[in-house]
Amino acid sequence: MTDLLSTAKTRSGSAAFLRMALVLLAAGMIFGLLGAFQYIQAGFLKEYLSFERVRPLHVSSVVFWIIMAACGSVLYYLQEFTGKSLYSGILLRLQYFLFSFSIIAILISYVFGIFRGREYWEFHPALAIPVATAWILFLINVFKSLPSFRNLPVYVWMWLTGVSFFLFTFLESYLWLIPYFRQNIINDMTIQWKSYGSMVGSWNMLVYGCSIYLLDKISGNKEYGVSKTGFAIYFLGLFNLMFNWGHHIYTLPTANYIKYISYIVSMTELILLFRMIWQWRASLDTARKHFYRLPYRLLIAADVWVLLTLMLSIAMSIPAINIYTHGTHVTVGHTMGATIGINSFLLFAFLFDILGKKIAESPVALRWFSLAYWSANISLFVFWITLIGAGVQKAVWQMSLQSSAFSTMMAGLRPYFIVFFISGLGIFAALLIWIVLLFKHGKIRREAIEGQFR
Amino acid sequence: MISDKQKVIAAALLVTAFLSYTFFIYRHLPVQAEATVNLASGKGKLLWQRNNCNSCHQIYGLGGYLGPDLTNVYSKRGSDYIKSFLTTGTVTMPQFHLTQQEMEDIIAFLKDVDASGTADPKSFKINYDGFIEHR
Repeated sequence: MTDLLSTAKTRSGSAAFLRMALVLLAAGMIFGLLGAFQYIQAGFLKEYLSFERVRPLHVSSVVFWIIMAACGSVLYYLQEFTGKSLYSGILLRLQYFLFSFSIIAILISYVFGIFRGREYWEFHPALAIPVATAWILFLINVFKSLPSFRNLPVYVWMWLTGVSFFLFTFLESYLWLIPYFRQNIINDMTIQWKSYGSMVGSWNMLVYGCSIYLLDKISGNKEYGVSKTGFAIYFLGLFNLMFNWGHHIYTLPTANYIKYISYIVSMTELILLFRMIWQWRASLDTARKHFYRLPYRLLIAADVWVLLTLMLSIAMSIPAINIYTHGTHVTVGHTMGATIGINSFLLFAFLFDILGKKIAESPVALRWFSLAYWSANISLFVFWITLIGAGVQKAVWQMSLQSSAFSTMMAGLRPYFIVFFISGLGIFAALLIWIVLLFKHGKIRREAIEGQFR
Repeated sequence: MISDKQKVIAAALLVTAFLSYTFFIYRHLPVQAEATVNLASGKGKLLWQRNNCNSCHQIYGLGGYLGPDLTNVYSKRGSDYIKSFLTTGTVTMPQFHLTQQEMEDIIAFLKDVDASGTADPKSFKINYDGFIEHR
């Protein structure tokens, strides 16, 4: 009974990460809309919340939404997988407290215009200490919660990889504090993008690991998790996480071998693309079978976005194409497709699985869910296409011999920014509906969790 | 099924390759920095970070999209042009109330960035293998 109570406590604890993540997502979307509006209405709120404050507020909120939701999902599914509570509830609570404290401090510092870091981690480096400490606690809890390291399915390998590599890359992103690394801008930017490229791969390992776990759970088929194909794709992903980061810096005058390695490694992603296309028919049949399940519906949407984003990302990894898209909104389109269409849709799938079981019982809630589902996908598609369109127009400007002034080019992009803002509103409304549904119906009841073990 | 031993060997090989690659890059940084460091430029870089200039401006196409790429602004426009923007701001860019010295430091940083290379995509040629190189 004590063990059951402890499981219930640590499961509720991991669900707290998910609720905090939802609040961050809501905040991040509001800042995102404000930033998008500042593209249309130049100087809007410039005196109080100018763009250099709004952008990190948006980016950090959504990055921490992904991190908090990924941590919460891993911690929750890990307990389902082992059938036991986490190694330590105290570590879990400490991690939650440290994360919450640092995130709130980071966002407040941005509001006041206090920046000491670099793009994506603009906060004071001192605030990286509690973030890294919280991650170490997470790492200990994940590793120590596993009763054995034998015959682990691929998703557990992915969690262990993601947890370890995130810590490594996060620390690596702070090497700029050492003068040896920062005194030359090219070296500094090379290491910066080395760490960032692999860091995204690290949290993707956590998110994709959870999606394989959930897929196994829904289908009742545990074969993929231990199959040769599953592990082959995992090792391919790991290979890319480690070596493909150089595609961010093709135009940087850094060492050519870094760019060649990244180019070659990135092309191995074609294997994933061909596999997806090859299996499309089978995936559709399975989709029809499980479409009534809300988390599965989100997994399907993410699958479509994986295909679109993968095609764009492979194209952008070819230097001859990258030279046109680099520094344009095509890159933003790719990021939005990946963070909203893949990461966020997958994370919502986990959230609806963990917190939202009651939603399927309410016809009204189901109708709202479906409305939000189609709105999110349609709005995101318009959003994505608009960004690619704006990017192509900027690429033409960048490449033209007699290019006009930057401000003239930006004025020409205004229609795109208007559509971008409107479709952004559509995404905001849709995701807000899911957030409200999860808060309204998504309470974890200790008795229900205990019931699962009786 | 792949055995645990095979998985561990594959993972160990990849991790070893990754760490070797990482520490090779750390040890042999792509650009061998000069022994004498430009102090003003170093201060300018920290001011660049402190004012979060990267949220709107790019260096080598990396950064924000609201303002122009500033990699080669020094050679294209000169220090007076940069100083006038820093002094007055624009419709979008706030006035950062920088001191004269701080403006000089930021300009020194942008001068260093400019000297490191060119970010203009037109300055690249595309090879038969899809790779790009400066003309």
